[in-house]
Amino acid sequence: MRPHWQHFPHGADIGVRGIGPTLAAAFEQAALAMTAVVTDPAGVVPREAVDVQCEAPDNEMLLVDWLNALVLEMAARHMLFARFEVNLEGHRLHGTAWGETVDPARHQPAVEIKGATYTELRVREDESDRWLAQCVVDV
Amino acid sequence: MDLARFSQVSEVEWRVEPVGGMRVPAVIFADAGLIREMDDKVLEQLTNVATLPGIVEAAYAMPDAHWGYGFPIGGVAAFDADEGGVVSAGGVGFDISCGVRTLHTGLTAAEVEPRKQRLADHLFAHVPAGVGSTGQLRLNANEMDAMLRGGARWAVERGYGSAADLERIEEHGCMSGAEPGEVSEHAKRRQRDEIGTLGSGNHYLELQEIAEIYDSQAADRLRLRVGEVVVSIHCGSRGLGHQIGTEFLRQMVVAAPGFGIELPDRELACAPIKSPLGQAYLGAMRAAINCALANRQVITHLAREVFADVFPGTHLGLIYDVSHNTCKLEPHTVDGRTRQLYVHRKGATRAFGPRHPTLPADLRDVGQPVLIGGSMGTASYILVGTEAGRTRAFSSACHGAGRAMSRHQATRQWRGRALVDELASQGVLIRSPSLRGVAEEAPGAYKDVSAVVDAADRAGLARKVAKLKPLVCIKG
Repeated sequence: MRPHWQHFPHGADIGVRGIGPTLAAAFEQAALAMTAVVTDPAGVVPREAVDVQCEAPDNEMLLVDWLNALVLEMAARHMLFARFEVNLEGHRLHGTAWGETVDPARHQPAVEIKGATYTELRVREDESDRWLAQCVVDV
Repeated sequence: MDLARFSQVSEVEWRVEPVGGMRVPAVIFADAGLIREMDDKVLEQLTNVATLPGIVEAAYAMPDAHWGYGFPIGGVAAFDADEGGVVSAGGVGFDISCGVRTLHTGLTAAEVEPRKQRLADHLFAHVPAGVGSTGQLRLNANEMDAMLRGGARWAVERGYGSAADLERIEEHGCMSGAEPGEVSEHAKRRQRDEIGTLGSGNHYLELQEIAEIYDSQAADRLRLRVGEVVVSIHCGSRGLGHQIGTEFLRQMVVAAPGFGIELPDRELACAPIKSPLGQAYLGAMRAAINCALANRQVITHLAREVFADVFPGTHLGLIYDVSHNTCKLEPHTVDGRTRQLYVHRKGATRAFGPRHPTLPADLRDVGQPVLIGGSMGTASYILVGTEAGRTRAFSSACHGAGRAMSRHQATRQWRGRALVDELASQGVLIRSPSLRGVAEEAPGAYKDVSAVVDAADRAGLARKVAKLKPLVCIKG
């Protein structure tokens, strides 16, 4: 299957969902869905790489940690990310995000993300070769 | 929500008695129409809050309540530390001390009208707003800690405002008990250049005309006159508060089983107030409150600079500054006994009644101003705390309209450019770095703020004083 991402509605905020043939691919797609909350990912040039690492007791918390690590890097570096690579060893994640500095005129960023939450948090293998990773992000 | 799930106490008070693990009842203040529109999740979350250890009296929801994280937005709950009470990061939320302040301009709408465009452009250029925007201040480690300890007082000491401002801010502009040492380097890194920035989402700086007065006596005391223009600023503790919320929520999720706390929902993560983690969170959260107070103070200074340029000689005096997402230690009388309680207000405003000792001397007989932000294009309100409010939801009131529609739905229903043009034709100028952001924040995506405020007034939570209508809105 081809990896892809979706948004799902929440009363005040927005849900991000990544779907892929592996857990790592689903995590990568969830991150892309998060970028799409802010801007169109197609308009972000992946010119600079940022590495993040995290570790959690289970896959669900690992997803929240991964997304929150990206929220921190986006906020502190004033960057947007368009491409992601995730490597998993158990519940330890090593990821790389490629992106560029926010350009308000070009990116027209709609909203900043305060944090990834445990709401509607699900990480599971739906069927063979179809992983899903989702949660609501607070904007 | 189905009204049949409640027992109706009055036209604007609805109650669910404890069942299952609930230690106290769940109470919602709203009229039947507002309750019907509320998501089922509001009651589910409120009954979850009612299960937390040490909760006192009831878990309350304000008329603007909607589905939040753990606690509903518009949720109020108080905990007694001596009875195993907890502090919950989810009960405060990610945007710690997000709040509103409103300032006089001393100008009438007629005086502002010819220079409205210029004011809008100048404010938009001068007050950093939107994703990735940075302020003029760069805080080194020492200044960061001084800001986190000092709040608005820190800002005033550095020339951003006057001592008179501090009298009109909750906690006199400085939350005591802040512990900058409990704030992570990540949180500080996120805040380094964000002081004096509006942020995005529902945050704004708005010029508003006083359209209607409901209580002339209170309005006189607050110097509110029909036709005059005020400035309202809605924002919070920016990245620092968000990061503290994120980090402590995670720590509390992991630590809960060790405290013997069974969480019905991970977002309700909490720690006993008397535990080291509970104390660490309170220290960090209070530092974030100070960050929000400093932020609104610096933005006030920027707005004053713009007004001094466009209308030389004007003075923007602070009417009041209130915070929405906090946990504060306050004395409250419950069943005839005064107890020190940790009151969580998440998307709710403190609304102390007349003669409360913490009120500024010149407002003490009026009650605490309660500033209710509308959504871009709709009314905002000023209320005051009431005598009756002392016994209702620990002196709390609503905080805004509350969303009625998801962002996703809003962007399908509205286009940013069309909205900006439509509002301009109604005399409301919108300036925003993002047209999609404008569409997501469309006034129609929010509940009817007038219905929310009326319900708060009828429930005796706070009393309506004035209605404000927007003239210019700088959106983050």
